[in-house]
Amino acid sequence: MNIHEYQGKEILRKYGVSVPNGHVAYTVDEAVEAAKQLGTKVSVVKAQIHAGGRGKAGGVKIAKNLDEVRTYADEILGKTLVTHQTGPEGKEVKRLLIEEGCDIKEEYYVGLVLDRATSRVTMMASEEGGTEIEEVAEKNPEKIFKEVIDPVVGLTAFQARRLAFNINIPTEYLSKTVKFMLGLYQAFVEKDCSIAEINPLVTTGDGEVLALDAKLNFDDNAIFRQKEISQYRDFDEEDAKEIEASKFDLSYVALDGNIGCMVNGAGLAMATMDIIKHSGGDPANFLDVGGGATAEKVTEAFKIILSDKNVKGILVNIFGGIMKCDIIAEGVVAATKQVGLEIPLVVRLEGTNVDLGKKILAESGLNITAAESMADGAEKIVSLVK
Amino acid sequence: MSVYINKDTKVIVQGITGSTALFHTKQMLEYGTKIVGGVTPKKGGTEVEGVPVFNTVKEAVDKTGATASVIYVPAPFAADAILEAVDAELDLAICITEHIPVLDMVKVKRYMEGKKTRLVGPNCPGVITPDECKIGIMPGYIHKKGHVGVVSRSGTLTYEAVHQLSEQGFGQSTAVGIGGDPVNGTDFIDVLKAFNEDPETEAVMMIGEIGGTAEEEAAEWVKENMTKPVVGFIGGRTAPPGKRMGHAGAIISGGKGTAEEKIKVMNNCGIEVAETPAVMGETLIGVLKEKGLYDKCKTH
Repeated sequence: MNIHEYQGKEILRKYGVSVPNGHVAYTVDEAVEAAKQLGTKVSVVKAQIHAGGRGKAGGVKIAKNLDEVRTYADEILGKTLVTHQTGPEGKEVKRLLIEEGCDIKEEYYVGLVLDRATSRVTMMASEEGGTEIEEVAEKNPEKIFKEVIDPVVGLTAFQARRLAFNINIPTEYLSKTVKFMLGLYQAFVEKDCSIAEINPLVTTGDGEVLALDAKLNFDDNAIFRQKEISQYRDFDEEDAKEIEASKFDLSYVALDGNIGCMVNGAGLAMATMDIIKHSGGDPANFLDVGGGATAEKVTEAFKIILSDKNVKGILVNIFGGIMKCDIIAEGVVAATKQVGLEIPLVVRLEGTNVDLGKKILAESGLNITAAESMADGAEKIVSLVK
Repeated sequence: MSVYINKDTKVIVQGITGSTALFHTKQMLEYGTKIVGGVTPKKGGTEVEGVPVFNTVKEAVDKTGATASVIYVPAPFAADAILEAVDAELDLAICITEHIPVLDMVKVKRYMEGKKTRLVGPNCPGVITPDECKIGIMPGYIHKKGHVGVVSRSGTLTYEAVHQLSEQGFGQSTAVGIGGDPVNGTDFIDVLKAFNEDPETEAVMMIGEIGGTAEEEAAEWVKENMTKPVVGFIGGRTAPPGKRMGHAGAIISGGKGTAEEKIKVMNNCGIEVAETPAVMGETLIGVLKEKGLYDKCKTH
């Protein structure tokens, strides 16, 4: 799960990680009021969307007085920002962060991620702040330093010091940098982050070490125990169909094509998309109905697929393990009756209770094309849609 | 011979009184798996499906002599269930549960260092040695006894591969689902090593997907060490970057973990990769012919 920069900074503040003072604003007037409250000479108007690259897209402006705050807020609010992370359709700005300006000395990068190879949380740091870490990794890999963290003791002070020395943080900022890093790690583990990226971390003229930006992502599997984080969810930033799917515990990702897919199991769902493409079609979505699905859940999955107006046909591909084929069949029949299906539907069933499932479909009297295999299913739906 | 489990493996089911666990306990018993006990706290002393239930894993192991455990405990409590299995010094713990918080698994992996237990999963279909022992949730009837080892990050895609192999007359030695999470107990290399040493296994089908670099590392290992042919498949060629495709571990991030990259490395390491999921079986059979293993592996 993603949250906004200002929300990430609220969390970090609670862990003693210094961030500039700032307030969120939903309107131009609120933006000006926020700048007034800050009372600093210079303030920064920052677009709040769930994507990086906002600065380059014109979503971050430095205002030297309240009039400029008003001008920039007016300009950015409601604007659709297109960055390398938003996709070509961009994202509309509905919230701003109004933040105090600061006297930046140097910019650095600090991030925490899960390193899959070691199964440990790893802190990475670089003196190439402000640049994307992937770019640094490509061009100057020697400038990225890592500390692998033992979950028993957590990030230790010596590891934080070693990182600070490696990225050439001046000694007068050392103790504040160590405190910053330790706080960041504490926030990461206590809030079940999947990524915590501070880019840039800055040193300032008045001796501070601040997170100028904050990108925090959270482990979806841990949201059940992170009530505070779940309240930060911004539905405006998500696809409506994906939101609907998540209500029913379905894993759905919207894509650009016209063949809706309903599959059980993530691997098979991906492979089904792949084979549709290979057969000359285009998948409209990834949808994993999961292991413990009920007929009701399958019905909802069907409705979500059909709510995508691009969908011209549906391929259901089920290999039953936990998921029983008769449950899927019942759901398909119920959903078809409920929504009134007018587009081609190809169903391929295999696995637990397969005969029962096939029987339910055959006796339903519905216009369902049965497929004998995955390839057969893909070919049939592609030709029916064309 | 087989990998990890055989007809003599005694198994306990953790979380046995849950509905999913009950369904699959019944299926495993029907398959012939030696389910000797179950564990559900506070239900000790009762019996389900003719199997005695205990309050703790330790007690279940002491009373039944089980060496393996299968875990169906819900995600919020699953990490603790794994720790309990490790503490009871089981040889094998297979965790079916999905959606376990990843930081829980980071701690579990740390706890397991130097311990005796092998963990398979989480978020996996389990392990099956056809006609001998089935531990997990896979539909048993699609598997046939034979000489192809199968290892996979995905559940249903494994069934697909196994189904294709069985349909065409190629049985399996053991099929191991390592799970779709970013932190898991057993990885590709562990299973490949086991298959390499297993006299019953003649060839291996390795099924990966986008995200991480486990397939690349496994491919490098195969190139250096594997004496048996390996055929692969990678799911997610059409997956967009930055989106988690169901499995917690299936995400292309920062341009890393793409299907193209994995397939390239696998090809470079001598692993033939099936073009589509529909030809996983065919691709393996083609390689068996090339290597002169066709007759040896054709079981029915």
